[in-house]
Amino acid sequence: MIEAPPSPKTSPGSPLVSDNSSPMIAVRSLQKKIGQQEILRGVDLQIRSGETLAIIGRSGGGKSVLLKHMVGLMEPDSGEIWIQGQNIIGLKERQLGAIRKKVGILFQGGALFDSMTVEDNIAFPLREAGERDRKALRSKVSEMLEVMEMEGQEDKMPESLSGGMKKRVGLARAIIRRPSCVLYDEPTAGLDPVVADSINRLIRRLQQRFGMTSVVVTHDMKSAFDVADRIAYLHEGRIYFNGTANQLQQSSDPLIQDFLLGRSNGGGA
Amino acid sequence: MVRFFSALGAPLIAFVQYLGELVLLAADTFRSVFTHKLRWKLFLNQVVEIGLLSQLVVIITGAFTGAVFSAQTFFQFNKLGMGSAVGAVVSVSLCRELAPVLTALMVAGRVGAAMSAEIGTMKVTEQIDALRALAVYPVDYLVVPRVLAMMVSMPLLVAECIAVGIAAGYLVAIFMLDINGTYYMANMVRWTRSRDIIMGLSKAFCFGILIVFISCQKGLATREGAVGVGRATTEAVVNASLAVLICNFFLTMMFNIIYPAGYQ
Repeated sequence: MIEAPPSPKTSPGSPLVSDNSSPMIAVRSLQKKIGQQEILRGVDLQIRSGETLAIIGRSGGGKSVLLKHMVGLMEPDSGEIWIQGQNIIGLKERQLGAIRKKVGILFQGGALFDSMTVEDNIAFPLREAGERDRKALRSKVSEMLEVMEMEGQEDKMPESLSGGMKKRVGLARAIIRRPSCVLYDEPTAGLDPVVADSINRLIRRLQQRFGMTSVVVTHDMKSAFDVADRIAYLHEGRIYFNGTANQLQQSSDPLIQDFLLGRSNGGGA
Repeated sequence: MVRFFSALGAPLIAFVQYLGELVLLAADTFRSVFTHKLRWKLFLNQVVEIGLLSQLVVIITGAFTGAVFSAQTFFQFNKLGMGSAVGAVVSVSLCRELAPVLTALMVAGRVGAAMSAEIGTMKVTEQIDALRALAVYPVDYLVVPRVLAMMVSMPLLVAECIAVGIAAGYLVAIFMLDINGTYYMANMVRWTRSRDIIMGLSKAFCFGILIVFISCQKGLATREGAVGVGRATTEAVVNASLAVLICNFFLTMMFNIIYPAGYQ
């Protein structure tokens, strides 16, 4: 793994970040095989409270798999994931409920419940938490839609929303209970540059307004540079680089340069 | 020989694993019923979906089964001068076998397919992951309301199918086959016992449980996008239908132990 400032690969178990602030999420030696394919081969990563970390890497490189592990949606073959000091590996599905209230996730396609309106989708976590007051629910949904710049869309069904709108509604649903941390799975994938930029601004704004820790999985470099305090490059199932956007840009490592410049053949041709 | 056993082994292990998944889902569901709050709105929605929206299918199934069974029985019994016994045969057959089995097959096709397709689509579009990520256990939210609604609806649907079948058989016998209505009714009431109705409704309850668990399990285990949803739906209907037919035989034999043949 390349640390900031650029350094040789570290051995497993070595300190991941230089400061001692308590991490929101700590991933240790995470390994995952799907079928015969080794997706994660010992990922070590720490995400500090309040920071925005972008995880970049090639498509199919295991970024989304890593993200799903962070909220207990997938079980690793080995390794640990600590959320606010609690190891979530080995917890049963029902025990993960408390953790999932602290960590929201925006899925790549939004994953909206297609039988519910926008309002019902956004209000869903509150209803499940026992909120029954219709007025209160409606006002909270309106507030979230205002944050998402989607006022007046309460009664629409998901099928009538564009890709960007679905992601905004998905995000509103993920953060309405004010989790401490939000995980974004490819928030700008499949969106035009203008809509993608508005999503990036939204992520930044949420971070500033609510102080949420954010983990953004993306292969869109512009998005990573726009939103991240720190960038981690996942390569061949391991964190290959971990540093700031400036450090990433200044890195002379050929693999990183290839990725940044979009070269497909190891710097050749 | 080794090749034969290894060829036999893989499907056998897959089958045992499938049965295991069904049992675990059932155990998880019943645990949830007793330990977690029921979502009444979802339960009532499912009662409407399973019970109310199956009315037409069940009425048509019951009516035409009763009618044709009445006619066929008359054609055979009339040769022996036993035309007035048709009512008893139709009624007992509907209660014990025809209504539960045919209703279950219709419900497996209509409701079971819809359940596996809906849950399967939710699975492949990450909606089930979204439920989990929002700290909602999918079994509590998706399976429990469906299971309870099926437990309530299925016996009522079968009771309705029996009633409609008997009524249709009566109308065919009286108006088309010229059987004496008084003898028809007298024989029917004399030979139809409460145990026949208990048997039919108990079978309905068991078939409902089979259909709902098989369909929900197939939905929850769906993979590979739209093709996977199609496969899960087909397998749910086929498996549920076969399970109903196989289970029906064993239930009949079991009830024969409880109420031996010839017992009055």
